[in-house]
Amino acid sequence: MRTEIEGRDLVSLKGVHKAFGSFEVLRGVELGVAKGEVAAIIGPSGSGKSTILRTINGLTPVDHGVIQLGDITVTDPKVDKVALRHRVGMVFQQYNLFPHKTVLENVAMAPIQVLKEPRKDVEERARNLLAGMRLTEKALAYPGELSGGQQQRVAIARALCMQPEVILFDEVTAALDPEMVKEVLSAVRKVAEDGMTCILVTHEMRFAREAANRVFFTDKGVIVEQGEPKAFFANPQDPRTKEFLDKVL
Amino acid sequence: MSETSIFADVLRWLPFVLWGFGLNVLMSVLAIVLGTGAGVFLGLGQTSHIRLVGGVSRLATQLFRNAPWLVLLFYCIFLMPYSIVISGATYNVPSWLRATLGFSLPVAANFSEIVRGAIGSIPKGQWEAAEALGYSRSVTLFRIILPQCITRMLPPWMNLYALLITATPLASIVGVEEALARTQAAVQSEAQASFLIPMYATLLVMFFLYTYPISRISNALERRFRTV
Ligand SMILES: Nc1ncnc2c1ncn2[C@@H]1O[C@H](COP(=O)(O)OP(=O)(O)OP(=O)(O)O)[C@@H](O)[C@H]1O
Ligand SMILES: [Mg+2]
Repeated sequence: MRTEIEGRDLVSLKGVHKAFGSFEVLRGVELGVAKGEVAAIIGPSGSGKSTILRTINGLTPVDHGVIQLGDITVTDPKVDKVALRHRVGMVFQQYNLFPHKTVLENVAMAPIQVLKEPRKDVEERARNLLAGMRLTEKALAYPGELSGGQQQRVAIARALCMQPEVILFDEVTAALDPEMVKEVLSAVRKVAEDGMTCILVTHEMRFAREAANRVFFTDKGVIVEQGEPKAFFANPQDPRTKEFLDKVL
Repeated sequence: MSETSIFADVLRWLPFVLWGFGLNVLMSVLAIVLGTGAGVFLGLGQTSHIRLVGGVSRLATQLFRNAPWLVLLFYCIFLMPYSIVISGATYNVPSWLRATLGFSLPVAANFSEIVRGAIGSIPKGQWEAAEALGYSRSVTLFRIILPQCITRMLPPWMNLYALLITATPLASIVGVEEALARTQAAVQSEAQASFLIPMYATLLVMFFLYTYPISRISNALERRFRTV
């Protein structure tokens, strides 16, 4: 289907298997995302979407298969974890900000402490990112003083501050009140439009259609179907995709 | 016998008993310091992913936590050497010091559980977020998890101290001349029944005045931390 660009994929998963105990969560996942692309992963609950994301930054080790991120082989047991985490950012459903640190510290601490970058540079970058998220005045606030939407935008700034090549978004609006979904989605969209490679798991079908270059549909641990969003939503091929889209649209 | 003379007798014995109470305070302070130090290691050990470390820490914690304090005290009093030799010089280990070590065992075990509980109460997402940012497990523990635990550990730690100070009179059983032992001595040497109740009441008031504020502060902290 898109074999012609496969060699240039920034992120590629080949034959990825993962079982928790006897329960096979991933049963041969094939996925490729090119640099600058925005990939949306959709699918029923429990189909393994979060697990796919977590294998990409090595939070969940795989049983079989190869995951490649540029020149890093994620599935190599001797992979340099810091280098990997430097290049892949992640934003979680529950924000997971550090409550005892200010917003600015949350954004700046990892590049300073993990990547050993000079504090002055990192803090300047962090302030710029916060400004981009329209959170300039919140730099010295604590996460507990922020709304869910604001916290999630801080989490996005925190991921960006590591200057990654790819950011993984795992249902970043699922824990938010409806009125905050929009502000976070537009923040994600801005990140994507600035050229960041994004892989996002989402239940927001409209967002997937508008913001993604490519949509992947997962069911029971495999990618059943993928395509350009327009064609994918207008004319799904696989019966499982059809059934899912009928339910959610 | 008039009431004023009983009051005068109590007052006369008060410094004697207060000096004994000083020993209770000294034992409790030393035991909480030693016990907290050891408890931190045991508690961190309990959360370790290294099998042996985790197993040993859990076993020690459960052993010392579920044993009567008095039994642990007896163990330390009778099993510890009465004197130690350091670079040629011989030092006697006074019984109050051996008792202190006896108290630090259950304190360590209880604090170990406080540490483990506090670490366990931090959402898993904190570990994951740190891991995704490239932090190692140990750096995550010390920079991200433990700082959040301190406020959670403070109230139970203070309660543990209050429990400890009220347990220190157990040392009188093994011959330590602390406040209870001295109160008993005072009562015996006065040899009058009417003296007994006021003297023991004085002892109770002493412990109460010392311990009650600690419990109050602990409760206040707990309420404060719960709301944030
Ligand atoms: N650490 C784990 N241990 C055991 N089972 C797990 C673990 N993580 C995930 N699972 C199971 O794997 C399956 C897939 O989980 P995953 O979180 O990847 O699904 P998902 O597609 O993201 O679902 P959702 O839309 O509900 O988030 C689920 O049934 C889940 O219970
Ligand atoms: Mg999920």
